[in-house]
Amino acid sequence: MSLRIVVCVKYVPDATGDRHFADDLTVDREDVDGLLSELDEYAVEQALQIAEGRRQGGDDAEVTVLTVGPEDAKDALRKALSMGADKAVHVEDDDLHGTDVIGTSLVLAKAVEKTGYDLVVCGMASTDGTMGVLPALLSERLGVPQVTLLSEVSVEDGKVTGRRDGDAATEQLEAALPAVVSVTDQSGEARYPSFKGIMAAKKKPVQSLDLDDLDIDADEVGLGGSWTKVDDAAERPARTAGTIVKDEGEGAKQLAEFLAGQKFI
Amino acid sequence: MAEVLVYVDHVDGAVRKPTLELLTLARRIGDPVAVHLGAGADSAAATLAEYGAVKVLAADAPEFADYLVVPKVDALQAAYEAVSPAAVLVPSSAEGKEIAARLALRIGAGIITDAVDLEAGDSGPVATQSVFAAAFTTRSRVTKGTPVITVKPNSAAPEAAPAAGQVEQLPVTFGEKSTGTKVVSRTPRESTGRPELTEAAIVVSGGRGVNGAENFSVIENLADALGAAVGASRAAVDAGWYPHTHQVGQTGKSVSPQLYIAAGISGAIQHRAGMQTSKTIVAVNKDEEAPIFDLVDYGVVGDLFEVLPKLTEEVKARKG
Ligand SMILES: Cc1cc2nc3c(=O)[nH]c(=O)nc-3n(C[C@H](O)[C@H](O)[C@H](O)COP(=O)(O)OP(=O)(O)OC[C@H]3O[C@@H](n4cnc5c(N)ncnc54)[C@H](O)[C@@H]3O)c2cc1C
Ligand SMILES: Nc1ncnc2c1ncn2[C@@H]1O[C@H](COP(=O)(O)O)[C@@H](O)[C@H]1O
Repeated sequence: MSLRIVVCVKYVPDATGDRHFADDLTVDREDVDGLLSELDEYAVEQALQIAEGRRQGGDDAEVTVLTVGPEDAKDALRKALSMGADKAVHVEDDDLHGTDVIGTSLVLAKAVEKTGYDLVVCGMASTDGTMGVLPALLSERLGVPQVTLLSEVSVEDGKVTGRRDGDAATEQLEAALPAVVSVTDQSGEARYPSFKGIMAAKKKPVQSLDLDDLDIDADEVGLGGSWTKVDDAAERPARTAGTIVKDEGEGAKQLAEFLAGQKFI
Repeated sequence: MAEVLVYVDHVDGAVRKPTLELLTLARRIGDPVAVHLGAGADSAAATLAEYGAVKVLAADAPEFADYLVVPKVDALQAAYEAVSPAAVLVPSSAEGKEIAARLALRIGAGIITDAVDLEAGDSGPVATQSVFAAAFTTRSRVTKGTPVITVKPNSAAPEAAPAAGQVEQLPVTFGEKSTGTKVVSRTPRESTGRPELTEAAIVVSGGRGVNGAENFSVIENLADALGAAVGASRAAVDAGWYPHTHQVGQTGKSVSPQLYIAAGISGAIQHRAGMQTSKTIVAVNKDEEAPIFDLVDYGVVGDLFEVLPKLTEEVKARKG
């Protein structure tokens, strides 16, 4: 039996660019450079490694990358395909604009089910929303275990195991497939697409789905279907320019003066 | 007055500071009812009451430690059904966010994560968030269901406000999905004896400029003189010089101390994401063009190996 892996990847505004809000207080995704969220590259990498491991063992595996996002989100899929994923699914619909995480989890859950899966792999958080809750929501919706925030993951004998480095402890986790996994940026460097990979990606299938295909009503998603509302967004005032001194032997003393003046010592 | 559920973060009944902050914020919205899962509710109750818990709902079962997240969601949901609160507040730890999200979905409510402030509003609590690496501040509300909000550490100064804080047992029935993810083993992290990174009033962080694990003592010595926690940039962590649990930034911890000292850190956007909201920022860096200097209240252009040891001595001398 082929192991069906679905990787959820998000197309996000470039963090090193000028990120801002649109007039309706949603994240502006039109006017900015976007890319495959770096944290989802780790998810693609782990999925590819799991698939490669299976194939080496004489079993079969298939990696599908899935995104919910605007037209340009195809770039994220393309990148993941050029890293080595087999096929892609793009959920795109004008009514999705402004969907919150609860709505996104609904769309992803339906798309994952439609695609068919044994394992869903997510990143630890999106670099724009940074909530880090979508994998848990997917697990809740799909009714399968969550094995999240792993810095190490492996799949064997119908089980997924992994290491979660938490605040208070390191945990070794285990769950039966099907399951939802998320991996951290400690899970191992993601590969760069090779030239061959980039060429091959152009021929790989990208399936487009809209809300009708997933039996989702427009009012369950989008800005109107969102269960939260942003009332205002203000740019943080630039910090007032501080004092900068060059150390010519007195730097430590000057800094100590400053700290004493601020009552830190 | 309406009641507000507050999920308690604790280690065997020792309540962690972010929970006291949550209780303080909860009182702006209603009467806090604390939810304590696992061992130690009786010893936690005194502290929870001191900070305003009118009641402590307690449940203990092996499931909480043996399986990941879901048993806790079952319990929090039981508390939600018992109390019908005006809001549910959960500390913004990785686990706290997952618990909160699953609860929100189950009870048909919207969720806001990583709030840095909370106020009562005409149509429910208003949460302040710091987004896009703290470049923007937003104010948001939950518009459907009982607001579920996770709050970052250091979002409020804990204020005592004694209340009854009676412990009541919370009956919990675990759903069939609760045992899906088994915790096969757990290795608690060893305490460093220094303040908790996210709770510390002062953080001293080192980056690639520290140039080696053995040199991190320069950072630690200054931290100890100041009574501070130690942080690190991802470059330092990836190089294996300091544990990942100390990483500050987008994929590490967010800190918002009274004083943040960055040594040998350039100030990349992903690092700023985790420290930009600190009250006072100080940097020591030998490159005067380093972007970290755009953030500082006080910056020293110089070699950290010159400046830090001397500063440590100055601090010790002044503290006597
Ligand atoms: C998705 C993603 C997530 C990320 N998450 C994080 C995160 O959570 N946290 C994080 O920190 N980074 C994160 N990064 C990495 C980030 O982009 C930077 O690469 C990293 O912060 C750089 O660390 P640094 O400042 O220590 O190193 P560098 O950028 O190399 O800077 C080192 C600095 O030290 C100075 N220096 C060198 N020697 C000395 C000396 N003797 N005395 C004084 N100064 C000296 C140099 O002038 C330089 O400015 C992330 C990146 C990505 C893509
Ligand atoms: N629109 C989306 N399309 C596909 N995957 C997503 C989307 N949003 C979030 N994810 C996945 O969920 C993870 C966590 O996202 P978040 O909870 O939004 O921080 C990401 O790393 C992705 O793997």
